[in-house]
Amino acid sequence: MEIFSLKKGLVAPLDRANVDTDAIIPKQFLKSIKRSGFGVNLFDAWRFLDVGEPGVPIESRKINPNFILNEARYRGAQILLSRKNFGCGSSREHAPWALADYGFSAVIAPSFGEIFFNNSLKNGLLPIVLPEPDVDVLFRDVFDVPGFELVVDLEEQRVGTVDGSRMYDFDIDPFRKHCLLNGLDDIGLTLQHVDEIKQFEMQHQLNQPWLFS
Amino acid sequence: MLKTLYDKLWDSHVVRTEEDGTGLIYIDRHLVHEVTSPQAYEGLKLANRLPWRVDSIVATADHNTPTTDWDKGIEDPISKLQVDTLDQNIKEYGSKAYFPFLDPRQGIVHVIGPEQGATLPGMTVVCGDSHTSTHGALACLAHGIGTSEVEHVLATQCLVQKKMKNMLVRVEGELHPWVSAKDIALALIGKIGTAGGTGYAIEFAGSAIEALSVEGRMTLCNMAIEAGARAGMIAVDQTTIDYLRGRPFAPDGDLWDEAVTYWRTLTSDSGAIFDSVVTLDGVDLNPQVTWGTSPEMVLDIDGRIPDPDEEKDASKKESIEQALEYMGLKPNTRLKDIKIDKVFIGSCTNSRIEDMRIAANVVKGRRVASNVQLAMVVPGSGLVKAQAEKEGLDKIFMAAGFEWRQPGCSMCLAMNNDRLEAGERCASTSNRNFEGRQGAGGRTHLLSPAMAASAAISGTFSDVRNLVAN
Ligand code: SF4
Repeated sequence: MEIFSLKKGLVAPLDRANVDTDAIIPKQFLKSIKRSGFGVNLFDAWRFLDVGEPGVPIESRKINPNFILNEARYRGAQILLSRKNFGCGSSREHAPWALADYGFSAVIAPSFGEIFFNNSLKNGLLPIVLPEPDVDVLFRDVFDVPGFELVVDLEEQRVGTVDGSRMYDFDIDPFRKHCLLNGLDDIGLTLQHVDEIKQFEMQHQLNQPWLFS
Repeated sequence: MLKTLYDKLWDSHVVRTEEDGTGLIYIDRHLVHEVTSPQAYEGLKLANRLPWRVDSIVATADHNTPTTDWDKGIEDPISKLQVDTLDQNIKEYGSKAYFPFLDPRQGIVHVIGPEQGATLPGMTVVCGDSHTSTHGALACLAHGIGTSEVEHVLATQCLVQKKMKNMLVRVEGELHPWVSAKDIALALIGKIGTAGGTGYAIEFAGSAIEALSVEGRMTLCNMAIEAGARAGMIAVDQTTIDYLRGRPFAPDGDLWDEAVTYWRTLTSDSGAIFDSVVTLDGVDLNPQVTWGTSPEMVLDIDGRIPDPDEEKDASKKESIEQALEYMGLKPNTRLKDIKIDKVFIGSCTNSRIEDMRIAANVVKGRRVASNVQLAMVVPGSGLVKAQAEKEGLDKIFMAAGFEWRQPGCSMCLAMNNDRLEAGERCASTSNRNFEGRQGAGGRTHLLSPAMAASAAISGTFSDVRNLVAN
């Protein structure tokens, strides 16, 4: 995994609750056997007016002028702001792959689908949970202030306005934070405990031999 | 200390615990399908690693496989590549069992696991698929994982997990004969919302749950994820044990007896504390139908489409408006006045033999309404299909005007050719009514197999209890 390096980023608003993984990346694009290249089809059914199929170049697509991420002011956004239960639905990691590939490094919402939340952390995409009233305020900021940016300090677990007038603390599992800050692959970390796993496995087989027959 | 079922399953699989309480959990069964595994195997290969325990892997191709014309193979080249990649990975790395496309035992991964006895009480079960919660019906700890975690389990046989909180959902009282596990699931989600179970493992209990077959229990646990909970589970009882006896991968002989003795301990201790308790009344439960683009947007069959003007909360009001627009519905319309275009009976929620029997019972001697362009039944596995055919259910469906298909995920997520066209309205026994789930612009209403069958006959949503009484 790459080191999480976002310090400051433009914010894009997606003012909907329950944004599901099928909306983040529609299923016709899940047939790929790769991890990359999903960004062009992020939010495909909302970003485009025609129905997207894999392999169709973006230049030939009909852009939906009414979809907020298509507005010029949000081009290059690295932080997505959304509503409760963001990333609900399937376990497919294609959703965080698509968000990261499009250019997002963080998503702020009052709550997240749990599997999506985990998957994001494993792909250098930081999901930030903030209380609903704070998210309301941020939505107002993004709509009112062109070019509205937020600073992110993962080390200190804070996100806030550039002038420092408002700062919000957020929670993150210390292990995940460590992995993000150092770009660590957690398989390697788990394999440091090979002996313990083998020990457990032997005992488990004695306790429930039918699981190994 | 008194323990819940979830506590017991967790405690019996902890390899080590970190200071912050994160656990390294040992995984007994790893179910694999074609959509979420290719990148995991690729990662394994790039890192020069091998699967830790090949014997834990049971694999099948289900999401991309066609449900007609099997003799032509998989025509979509991109789908085919994904299925071929799974074939190749299993060939190269091995598995305990593989049910590839065209195998008579192939089917939806969450149907074939229990059917084969490959998921057993007391196990930890994972799969790169959120509906892995289904398997909790057999008192195992089962949940969906992402592709990075699939790779992690392949390489280490373990998963790094935070322990969830305990939620008890208690459903007491006898259900009406035409009201089913699906109605319990939808009513629960209507009550607690799609994020109501976030952070919890849900245990379902109470007399209404005890009375369910294992098939019905799977339907319920399947939908736990739609309530936000990664895992749903039900304690072991005689029903569980009777279901497992004689299954291909279940133990036999002395080992069976030993296993059953252990499995009988897999219940929550009486008096164990749950962090949250939700109760539902089984007696008064009516058939449920969703109207919107989230499973929590659900009504009793007698209900009317909500009016956003009556909603005070601004963001809820907006959600209702967005859903009404997408679904092409007007406030205050009666559910029973809404005409449908297609009917889909299938998916890992409702494609087991019991579902086939109930739906066949409703349509027997009746005809699909003329406004319904397509009514299809997609059994969950080759074995379900064979059993249904042995019982003559296929003939009943076809005589009524249904199409009888080959097993797979099919129109549940429309990765193969089975899909809704924009604007089409479908009565579906699947689990998700998200925008575009069954095809771009398609409109999905979730309901039980009995209610889907009833809708097919009426051409609108209708109360199956009235239909069968006539
Ligand atoms: S039937 Fe639907 S929900 Fe179930 S595994 Fe297949 S695609 Fe997923």
